Formats: sequence, C-alpha cells, structure tokens
Amino acid sequence: MYDTPKVENDVATTDIKISAHGCQVYYGDTHAIKDVDIDIEDTTVTAFIGPSGCGKSTFLRCLNRMNDTIDVCRVEGDIKIDGEDIYDPKVDPVQLRAKVGMVFQKPNPFPKSIYDNIAYGPRIHGLAKSKSDLDDIVESALRRAAIWDEVKDRLLAPGTGLSGGQQQRLCIARAVATEPEVLLMDEPCSALDPIATAQVEELIDELRGQYSVVIVTHSMQQAARVSQKTAFFHLGNLVEYGDTGQIFTNPQDQRTESYITGRIG
Amino acid sequence: MTDANATQPGAGRPARSSSLLQLDERTRRRNASEARFRLYGMAAVGIGLAFLVMLLVAILSNGLGAFQQTAFHLKIELKQDVLDPNGNRDIDEIKDAKTFAYSPLIREAVLRQIEAYGIDTPLSEAPVEGFSSPLDNLFSSGARSTLRDRVIANPDLIGQTVDFRILASSRVDGYLKGRVDRESIARDKNLDTVHLDLVDALHEQGAVEKEFNWDFITGPDASDARPEQAGMGVAMLGSFFMMLVVLGFSLPIGVAASIYLEEFAPRNRFTDLIEVNISNLAAVPSIVFGILGLAVFIQFAHLPQSAPLVGGLVLTLMTLPTIIISTRASLQSVPPSIRDAALGVGASKMQSVFHHVLPLAMPGILTGTIIGLAQALGETAPLLLIGMVGYIASNYPGGVAEGFLAPNSAMPAQIYEWAKRADPAFYERAWGGIIILLGFLMTMNIIAIILRRRFERRW
Ligand SMILES: Nc1ncnc2c1ncn2[C@@H]1O[C@H](COP(=O)(O)OP(=O)(O)OP(=O)(O)O)[C@@H](O)[C@H]1O
Ligand SMILES: [Mg+2]
Repeated sequence: MYDTPKVENDVATTDIKISAHGCQVYYGDTHAIKDVDIDIEDTTVTAFIGPSGCGKSTFLRCLNRMNDTIDVCRVEGDIKIDGEDIYDPKVDPVQLRAKVGMVFQKPNPFPKSIYDNIAYGPRIHGLAKSKSDLDDIVESALRRAAIWDEVKDRLLAPGTGLSGGQQQRLCIARAVATEPEVLLMDEPCSALDPIATAQVEELIDELRGQYSVVIVTHSMQQAARVSQKTAFFHLGNLVEYGDTGQIFTNPQDQRTESYITGRIG
Repeated sequence: MTDANATQPGAGRPARSSSLLQLDERTRRRNASEARFRLYGMAAVGIGLAFLVMLLVAILSNGLGAFQQTAFHLKIELKQDVLDPNGNRDIDEIKDAKTFAYSPLIREAVLRQIEAYGIDTPLSEAPVEGFSSPLDNLFSSGARSTLRDRVIANPDLIGQTVDFRILASSRVDGYLKGRVDRESIARDKNLDTVHLDLVDALHEQGAVEKEFNWDFITGPDASDARPEQAGMGVAMLGSFFMMLVVLGFSLPIGVAASIYLEEFAPRNRFTDLIEVNISNLAAVPSIVFGILGLAVFIQFAHLPQSAPLVGGLVLTLMTLPTIIISTRASLQSVPPSIRDAALGVGASKMQSVFHHVLPLAMPGILTGTIIGLAQALGETAPLLLIGMVGYIASNYPGGVAEGFLAPNSAMPAQIYEWAKRADPAFYERAWGGIIILLGFLMTMNIIAIILRRRFERRW
C-alpha cells in the first residue's frame, strides 16, 4: 500500500490550525519542553518524532490541556487554535477537549460495553438525536477505526475484554465518534499488527480531509508514510520542523540526521 | 572479569565447587529460618483460632439458653364472679379487677392439674396468706398481668376455661436448663425443693415445657424482677433507627467529602491539614464522640435524651472518618487512565467522576460503609453519655417519628444493662443478646463480601 514513502507536497490549503509560541512546560523543576515554536496546519497530518523522553507526549498534551490534570505541571507561552488562545482564562478546557480529541499512548477503554465506550462522547455532547442516530454514529466510528468487523457481534461485551490492539482501535473510534476538529494521537499503532496499522494509517489519511491530525510515532516509516509535516524533538527542544520529505531526505540539523539514520535514540 | 581469568585464559571454567544434590551451608541456614518463620506464622494463626473457638464456645454455651423459655400450659377458668361480678362485660368494670385478682385463677388451674395427674405434693395444701401463696413462686410475676391484658383485650373470654401459656419464674426456668440446682435452691427464699419436685412431676406430664423463646428476640425489656420476660426487640428497633440515621447522614456526607477531597480539592497546606485530621479522628476514642454529642446535640441543640436520633448522630460522627478513609482509598484505586479517557472525550471533571470513577469505586465504598455501620452497631461507650445505656426499653415506639425521637435503648446498651443486673437469669440473657448482636454483625459483613464480589470489575 505504501511501499515507497509517499510525500504529499500538494497540500494547497495552508491555514494554520494550531500555533504555539515560546511554549515552556515544567514538571516541578524539570524543564520538559523548552521554548517550542510551531505552526500546525489544518487538513494536514503532522508527525512528532524524537527519542524517548524528549517531550513529544508532553507537548501533545498541551494542545488539549490534558496537562491541567497533572498538579506539578506548568505550561507557559501561548498556544492558539484558530487564533484563540487556549490557555486564556475564559476558555473552558472541557469545551476545548471536545474540539481536540485525543488517543492516548496506552489504550484506556472504559470498563463498559464496546457500544457504551463509543456512545459516551456523543451522548454527553448531545450529538445524537435518537437511538438509531447513536447506533449509526457508533457503527461509523467503529468502521473508521477498522474494528467493526471484529466487534459487530459483541457490541455489548466489555471493551476491556478486547486484545491490546483492539482496545487501541476502540479508543481511536471513541475519539473519532465525537467529531473533533483536531485529533491528537500518541503512538496509536504501537500495539498494532501491520494489517491494523495499515488500516489506522488509512483512517488517518482519510481524516486529513477534514481535520488536522497530530501523531506521535517512533516509526520513521510511519511518519514518512502518513505525514505531510514532521517535527523532530530532542531533549525538550523542537530541533527541526518542516515538510516530511525535506526532513527525511535532507535534514538541516545534525541531530535530526543522526536520529533518522539511527545513531541517537 | 577476575584476575585469574585474565591471566590464565586457558584455565577455562572454574572447577565445580559444589554439587546441586548437596545443600550448602547458606542454603541450609536460609531454609531453616524459612521453616522457623512458617512455624511462627502457623503458631500465631493457631493462637488466634484458639481464642476464636474459646470465644464462640463461651458465648454459645452461656447464651443459647436465652433462646429457650420454660412455660406452663394451663387451662385457666376465667371466673365471672371474680372478673366481672355484674356480668355486663363493661370494660371499665373489668379493668377494676386488679392483677392480684388473677393469681387465684392461675393457682386453681395448677391445683386442678396436680389433682388430675395424681401428683402428691405438700404444695396442694399450701396456705394462702393475704393475696399470695408459695405456689405463686412457680410463675413469672408478670404472668398475672399478661393474663389480665388478654382478658381486657377480649372480654368474651370471661366465663370460659381457656388454654394459656404462663411463663415460669426464672428459677424454675433455670432449674430446667440446669442453671439452678437443688443445692443452690437451699439458699433461695422463694423456691424450695418441694417446688422442684412438683416441677419435675409436671414436666414428666408435659405440662411444663422448654420452648423456643420468640419473646426474647421480639419482646421489650422487663424490670429487674422479671428476667423471664425480658427481650431484645425494642432495643433492636432502637439500633435499627440509629443505623438509619447513621446511614442517612454518614454515607452522603462521607462520600461527598471524599470525592471533593480526592478529585476536586487543590493540594495545599489546608487540605493536607484536613487530611491529617480525618486520619486522627478515626483514632479518637468513641467516648469522646459521646461527650461531644452530649454537649452539642443535647445541651446545646436540646434534642431529646436517650433518643435514637441523637445516638445516630453521635455514631455518625464516629463513622464518618471510617467511611471517608475507605472511600478515598477506593477512589484512589481507580486507575488515572480512566479519568484521562473521560476528560479526553470532552467530559467535565464532574462527568468523569460520576460516570466513570464513582461506579468503579462503588464496591469499595459500600464495603467501607457497611464495615463502618457494623462498628457503629456494636458501639456502647458513646451511648453511655447520651443516656441510652440504662434506659429500660419496655415500650415499642408508636411510629416512625417516635422511633427516632422517643427514648430507647440499643442492642449493645441493652446487653450491658442486663449484664449489670444481679439475677443470673439476666446474665444468661446478656450472652443471648451478644449472640443476636454477633448475628447482625456477621450478616452485615457477609453482605459486604457479597457486594464486593458482585460489583468488582476488572480493568
Ligand atoms: N507526570 C510527570 N511528572 C513528572 N515528569 C514527567 C511527567 N510526565 C513526563 N515527565 C517527564 O517529562 C519528560 C518528557 O516526557 P514525555 O512523556 O513527554 O516523553 P515522550 O517523548 O512522550 O517519550 P516516549 O516516546 O517514551 O513516550 C520526561 O523526562 C519525563 O520524565
Ligand atoms: Mg510518550
């Protein structure tokens, strides 16, 4: 399907969806994100790559204010979505998170039925007018996450009874079901086999039509396959950010080159 | 790498120093200490079990007697000329006949039975002095008023000969249960061996029988002179209303406080202080809560003394820390990833808590609550100070409001009260009361276990 890294440079719309400036994140005394500036485009897949512990998840969590739940975590600088500062005191993080969906690094389905896992978001946001509406939302979300065929006969079975990879796709379906404008995915394929991975990548490509997708990945191939833009983080710094083709074929920074050729990481 | 290997690479592997079939010194010592430790553990468990068995044996052997009660079955002729001389069944005139008017009726019924069975006893010629005769000592002193109550409730019985169950006195009861023997009766001024011979003879004929004692479970307490009539029923109701108060107050307050502290409150000096104080409160002696209740609820708020409402409020204070601590522990045990998941799909903090965290914490919360309630159910000391100990619970509450507000006792207070009284028959009832109380506690613990099993979810 993606034999050669297909780099799509034909992205016509370059509206900026998310822009971060001078972003600093501290966990207590640990300075986890150092002065990051980045503009993430709409209808684009942006990949975050970098060695473990460099702050990819931390920065991703800043974008929907999930870091608010960590007591010791402090975010500075400004991050705007559609030109609006999401750390403005007037912004309700709950409303923000409905707009910016997230798939977590570790699959975390609710200990409820598969159906309820998907239906929960649409229910609390009032997205379904009727029961059959909700059924449709659940089915399409599960189909888009490439898990429908596996679970369609046991929608009422607990979501926690699925395998790790199935749980991760369930979580993707759950995030998709609330129709977010931005989807943040933290290593969504780390527990998936190549077939499911390909399906999820297909989904990501499809989502790109309407949304802006940010994906953290440890797989260089995956980044090259699905993303149009790539950001390389190292020790809390955003070292290099640019078109995926550019980063992989002609990195400007020494550290980027070392990382993608496998010398650091 | 050791020097030896470095300098003599050709030496290869070191020679085998020991065989696996032979234990070396270290292993042997390790095994020995492990065996010793196991022995200590087994000894500790054994001692614990031995105490438990001793406790159960003591309780059962002392207390089972309370669940049986000796009674006479007599055909009593309710003579019209004694009870209703004018024969007009006027309830006020019937009430004029005082309890001692009923004594001769009971006496005559026994004498008739003695004659019918051909029993030879000096008591059949016993003289009547004033209103009493030595025969009366066979029966509970409450028997007459029981009879009178039955007649007043149903005046049509007058003039008939009716089968009655008349409670034996506590000595007769004790004799049939083996608590009282002929030697100890020699020192008793109420009963002598002649009485016991008669009881034996009547027992042979089936006119005196030990029966299951429902009145002990459902009946009210009785005064010092009538241990055979004393029951737990009213005290049980007192405990029941107290537990309603405790549940009604401590569950919502405790759960709300825990959710706030655990999920919403910022971590700062102030919440730390609250946390420390809650843990300390759990260790405060219960009598302190009693005196607090006396000061606040009775002297300041002027709530009625000895009322289950006040008892319940005091026990609520005592139970709250237990419930808060166990609720917080079960909230903490819900994995944070569940909270993240809920927040991630755009749920508010409150939705994430009420839709996801709380249901998962529920089994723990319920278990903690039931354990707290069980503790409160067995608590005596605080009740001492608000007047629930020492109150003779002889009247059933007239309704729900009275159940909360009218003076009453509670099960442990009732047990303590009986244990204080002189008559050994009360002592037996105290043990019997403990059996009932333990029955309740065990039921509650079993419910807690079942709830935990049923609602436990894996994730
Ligand atoms: N909750 C936390 N409290 C304190 N420090 C944290 C916390 N979460 C992350 N950190 C620190 O912040 C730094 C960045 O962590 P982060 O999880 O963002 O790394 P990552 O790039 O996602 O790594 P990985 O690829 O292994 O997931 C690390 O040094 C980590 O130790
Ligand atoms: Mg990460």
